[in-house]
Amino acid sequence: MAGKKVVPSATTGISKGYTGEVRVELPIIITCSTCSITLDRSLRALDGVSEANVNYALQKAFVTYDPSRIDIARLVGTIKEAGYEVGAEKVSLKIRGMTCASCVRKIEDALNTSPGVVRADVNLGSGSANIRYLPAMTDVESLKKTIESTGYKVGPEESPPKEEDARHREYRTLFRKFLLAAVISLPVVVVSYPKFFPVLKDMDMNALRTLWIGASILTIPVLVYSGSSFFRGMVAAFRHRSADMNTLIGLGTGMAWLFSTVVVLFPDVFPENAREPYFDVVSVVIGLVVLGQALELRAKGRTSEAIKKLMGLQAKTARVVREGREMDIPIEEVLVGDVIIVRPGEKIPVDGVLVEGHSSVDESMLTGEPLPAEKKEGDEVIGGTINKTGAFRFKATKVGKDTALAQIIKMVQDAQGSKAPIQKLADAVSGYFVPVVMVIAVTSFVLWYDLGPEPRLILALLGAVTTLIVACPCALGLATPTSLMIGVGKAAENGILIRNGEAIQVASALDTVVLDKTGTITIGKPTLTDIITSEGFSEEGIIRFAASLEKNSEHPLAEAILEGAKSRNIATSDPEDFRAVPGHGVEGIVDGHRINLGNRKLMDKIGADPGTLEENSHALASEGKTPMFVAVDGRAAGIIAVSDPLKEDSVEAIQRLGKLGIEVVMITGDNKRTAAAIAKKVGIERVLAEVLPEDKAREVKNLQLEGKKVAFVGDGINDAPALAQADVGMAIGTGTDVAIEASDITLIKGSLLGIAAAFSISKSTMKNVKENLFGAFFYNTALVPVAAGLLYPVWGVTINPILAGAAMAMSSVTVVSNANRLRFVKVR
Amino acid sequence: MDKIIVTAAGISTIVWIIWFFLFSKKEAFKASVTSGVQEVMIKVKGGYTPDVIVAKAGKPLRLRFTREEESSCTEMVVFGAFNKSAKLPPYEEVIVDLLPEKPGEYEFSCQMGMIRGKLIVEE
Repeated sequence: MAGKKVVPSATTGISKGYTGEVRVELPIIITCSTCSITLDRSLRALDGVSEANVNYALQKAFVTYDPSRIDIARLVGTIKEAGYEVGAEKVSLKIRGMTCASCVRKIEDALNTSPGVVRADVNLGSGSANIRYLPAMTDVESLKKTIESTGYKVGPEESPPKEEDARHREYRTLFRKFLLAAVISLPVVVVSYPKFFPVLKDMDMNALRTLWIGASILTIPVLVYSGSSFFRGMVAAFRHRSADMNTLIGLGTGMAWLFSTVVVLFPDVFPENAREPYFDVVSVVIGLVVLGQALELRAKGRTSEAIKKLMGLQAKTARVVREGREMDIPIEEVLVGDVIIVRPGEKIPVDGVLVEGHSSVDESMLTGEPLPAEKKEGDEVIGGTINKTGAFRFKATKVGKDTALAQIIKMVQDAQGSKAPIQKLADAVSGYFVPVVMVIAVTSFVLWYDLGPEPRLILALLGAVTTLIVACPCALGLATPTSLMIGVGKAAENGILIRNGEAIQVASALDTVVLDKTGTITIGKPTLTDIITSEGFSEEGIIRFAASLEKNSEHPLAEAILEGAKSRNIATSDPEDFRAVPGHGVEGIVDGHRINLGNRKLMDKIGADPGTLEENSHALASEGKTPMFVAVDGRAAGIIAVSDPLKEDSVEAIQRLGKLGIEVVMITGDNKRTAAAIAKKVGIERVLAEVLPEDKAREVKNLQLEGKKVAFVGDGINDAPALAQADVGMAIGTGTDVAIEASDITLIKGSLLGIAAAFSISKSTMKNVKENLFGAFFYNTALVPVAAGLLYPVWGVTINPILAGAAMAMSSVTVVSNANRLRFVKVR
Repeated sequence: MDKIIVTAAGISTIVWIIWFFLFSKKEAFKASVTSGVQEVMIKVKGGYTPDVIVAKAGKPLRLRFTREEESSCTEMVVFGAFNKSAKLPPYEEVIVDLLPEKPGEYEFSCQMGMIRGKLIVEE
C-alpha cells in the first residue's frame, strides 16, 4: 500500500488538482481490544496528516489530511497496522470488454476518484475490479455506474468461491479419480490372477510377464491421477517432518507398485517363488480409499446442514425508504437507521424496531416458539423471521454481523469448530499414530522375513503393505468433531445455543440444576394481589405509601406495587431520603411519614410489632405469594402481597428433568415460606431461599463442594457470577447480553423445557462421540496387529491387502455416518 | 546372511522413523512485529508453513492463513487453548487474532488433529 502513487482523491471525491486539506470520517472496527497503541498518534505521524482523532465510542477515526501528499489507502494501511480494521466493504466486480493495460488505469482512476472508495484495484488478467468502499458513502450500484461511465460493462457480481462449491468440486474430483481407478483395476485384477481365467492360465511365463509390464504401465495413471493426493500429501507432510493418512496409503501403494515393477522387469533378482507382481493392490486400494474419501465428504456435507439452514434464513434484499423513495437494495447495503418496508409473507431482513403498522411475525425458526408473535409500534423485530399478516415499516437497529441471526450463526460456527476435552486423548494418540504404524510395518516386514514361511519376501512385503493400508488415523480424528458439529447444530435448530464442545461434554454429565425462581420458573412479572391493613389504616393509604416510596425503584416488586397503584387510580407523591436496606427492604419519608417496606426482618430491625399481620403473612406466603410489611412511623400498618405467576410449562419441564435423573434446586431471594409454596407447586424438593443476589454464586459453589456437577439457569438479572461459577451456566429467554456472555448454553426461548432438551442433546452427542472414539480405537488396535501378522503363528490368519483397503475406506465413512445418526435423535 | 541385513536395515529404519518424526527439531519461525502487532503469514498446504511459530507473550498476535489447496482436510484451523477456530476457504486469506498471555507451547491443528503446528509463546 505504501509507496503507491498518490491518488489525488479520496472518500470525499475531490477532483484532481485540488489543493488544500480534506477531512474524512473512517469507520473503524476494533478487533484487538488490548492494542495499546494510540491510533491517532500513528496517524498524526504520517506525512500529510494534520489532524487525527479516534473516537472509540463512535468507532470512528476523523482524519484531516492533504490529499496531494497522502492517499486514503495509506491511512487505511496505517490503521490496519495498528491492529484495527477499517469498516470498509469489499466487492469484486467483473468488467467486460477490458482489453488493454491502459483500460485498467482509466477504470482505476475513475473508481479511486469517486466518493466512498477506499481503494480500487483493477486486474486485467482476471478482468475484475476489487473495490474496498465505505458503505455509508456509496453503494455497489454507484460503483457499477462509475465503471460504466468509462465505457465498460459490468458483468454479474462475482462472489468468492463458497465452501459449498469447494466441497462439491472436491467430491466430483474424487469421484472421477475413483472411476479411473475402477476402470483400470478391472484388467489389472484379471492379469494378476491368471490361474482363474481361461486363456490366461494356459499362457507361459514370458507372455504373462508382457501382460504384467502392461499392468505396470496401466497403473501409472492411477498413481499419478487417482492417487496423486496421497503422494503429494505424503511429500508435504514429510517436509513438515510429520506423517498422516497420505503417508500410509502413499507408502503402502508406492511400495507395492515399485516392488511389482522391479519384479516384472528384473525377475532374476528375486527368488523363484517371489516373482509375482501386486499391481492389483495398487489400483484397487487407491480406488477404494478415494471412494471412501468421496463418501466421507458427502456424509460430512450433511453434518453442516443445521448451519446451512440458519444461513438460509437470511434475506437477500431489503426494501428501504431513502429520501422518500422506496428501493430494493441488497441486504449487505442496509444501514442502521434505514426505514424498511415489510409486506405480508416477506422475510424481515435485519433487526430493528417497528415504527409504523402492526402484524404477527413467525419467529419459530429462531426461537422454536410455534405461535406467531404479535408486533406493534415500538416492538422489536428480528431479521430472518417471517412477517405473516400485516404490512409494516421498521427502523433498522442492527445490520450485517451485528444482527441476532448473524450472532447466532457465528456462535454455532464457533462451537462447531471448538474442541471437547474428550478429544484430547484422540489428539494425543493421533500425534504418534502414523510413526508408530510405520514402525509396526517395518517390524512386521523383518519378522516375516526372518521367521516366516516361504515365500518370505512376498509375505514380508504384504505384511508391511497391509499394515500401512489398514491403519486409519482419520477415523480417530473424525470421531469427536463430526458428532459435535451435528450435536451443536441440532441444538441450534431447537433454539439452544451451545458455546463450545466443553459445554456439551460437561452438560452431558450434570446431576444438579439450580433454577432461579424469578424470571426462570415464574414469568418474572409480579402483580399486586392482596392488601391487608392493621386497624386505623386504609388499603388505599397503604398502597399510596408503598407506591410513593418505591416510585423511583426499578425492582420488579416495586414495579408490581406501582402498577397496582396505577390500576386502582391511587395518586403517588415523591419520597424523600429513599434508601435500600440490603436483605431487608427499603425505607424513606413520604408526606412527612417515615415508611418502611420490606420483610419480617425489617420489622424486627425497626422494632415494629407485626401483631396479627404475622399470621396473615404466613397464610399469603403459603399460597406462594410474596408478602411485604409496611410500617408507618415505626408501626406495622399492613401487608402488601404480590405474586409472580408460573410459566406455563415449568411443572412439565421440572418433571422431565427429574426423569433424566437430575436433581432440581430452586434458588430465590424470596422468603422461605413463599419459596416453599412455589417449589411445592412445581414439584421441587430442595429450596435455597432468602439468598441475596450476590450470594447466588456462593450457593452454587456450596453445591459443587457437595460433589455435584451443577448447572445454573437464570434470566441474567444479577446472575452473571452464578452463571460463571456453575459447571454449566444457562441463560434463558430474554437473557441479557451479560448473561449470554457469561453462560455456556443460551436458551433462546423462555421455556424451561429447553433445559431438558439441552441436556438430552448433550447426552446423545457425547454418547455418539464415545461410540465413534471406541469404534476408531477398537478398529485400529484390532486390525493393525492382525494385518502385521500377529495371529499368523497361532491361527494362520492374515488380512488380504485389498480387504485392508476396503476396511480402511469404510472405517471413516462409518464414523461420519454414525455421527449423522444424531440428526434423527428425538429431542425431548 | 540376508536375514541379518534385513534385520539391521529394519532396526535402522525404525530408529530413523522415531527420530525423524518424533524427536528431530523443527525450524521455528519468529513472528515479525509491526506497530505492536506480531504478524505471521502461514501457508496451508498439506501442513502449515511455517508450523512452529515463536511469539512474545502479552502482545496481540495476528496469524494470516492462506489455504492453498482444496482438500477438505485443512478447511478449518483450531486453537484449542484459545478456544478459537477459523474456517479457511481455499485461496483466501483468513486472519486469526490471538492474545497469547502466558508463555508456553500451544498446539494448533486442523479439526481432526492430523495436521499440526505449534505456537511457542516466550516471555
